[in-house]
Amino acid sequence: MSSNGLKIELGRRYRFSASHRLHSDQLSAEQNSRVYGKCNNPHGHGHNYILEINVSGTVDPATGMIANLTDLDAFVDREVISAFDHRSLNDEIPVFRDHVPTTENVCIEIYQRLKHFPKAKLERVRVEETGNNSFEYAGEEVTDRRAV
Amino acid sequence: MVYLTRKIEFSASHLYHNPAMSAEENQRVFGKCNNPHGHGHNYSLEVTVAGEPDPVTGMVLDLKELKEILDREIVQRMDHRHLNYEVPELKNQIPTCENISRVIWNLLEPKITQGHLFKVRLYETPDLFAEVFRNGARPS
Repeated sequence: MSSNGLKIELGRRYRFSASHRLHSDQLSAEQNSRVYGKCNNPHGHGHNYILEINVSGTVDPATGMIANLTDLDAFVDREVISAFDHRSLNDEIPVFRDHVPTTENVCIEIYQRLKHFPKAKLERVRVEETGNNSFEYAGEEVTDRRAV
Repeated sequence: MVYLTRKIEFSASHLYHNPAMSAEENQRVFGKCNNPHGHGHNYSLEVTVAGEPDPVTGMVLDLKELKEILDREIVQRMDHRHLNYEVPELKNQIPTCENISRVIWNLLEPKITQGHLFKVRLYETPDLFAEVFRNGARPS
């Protein structure tokens, strides 16, 4: 509810585990190795990702909710978790066949998949690749998701 | 502008039930949160105050004072309480994270007179939270 000029957002965290390899076809083998380091190792590696999303909307006075968690969880599971969890991002998520699956690009892809949630407005996507690094995306226009 | 955040915890019980809806509808909408005897959570609350540090003290506001405000307004009111029955500010509201965080904002905002309340983030579990801030203020 936006009463008194206040904005309320609902935040929810999810988890998925996936493998990836950072490699750009536009770079030479030496450049790939220099730019991506061990993330360029040919057979890839994996992470336990944490996905945090914020949605906003009117708090329904009958339920006290911006969105029912059952609906939100089912949508996120269908659009993201079931597609990403225990998968190879490079091989099994179509967009990463020609985009490098950095966590920046993972954020953008997840945003694109979740922005049509019908019950509330997607405000922000935040992805933790490890406990020490995280990335956020709030839907600004990005024209080219290639790493270089 | 400097943003100062303090975290507190409180434990409370609640249940979700709208008397205007049938028993079946309550069960369908609220699921296990509708169980009649309620259940509880360890809530974690992060309160962010924005302001300029005082040139003499170097503080946006005295943390001790913020701690006292949070203790008086939130902990004493909500800790080890049943939110449906013992917190008058939540009367006739479903005590969801959204509604509790708004009540917390409304309790705290007038009490914080050095700097201003910038954001309230209330965790019901580590994977579920609500945030309140002024329209147009970007959450940090």
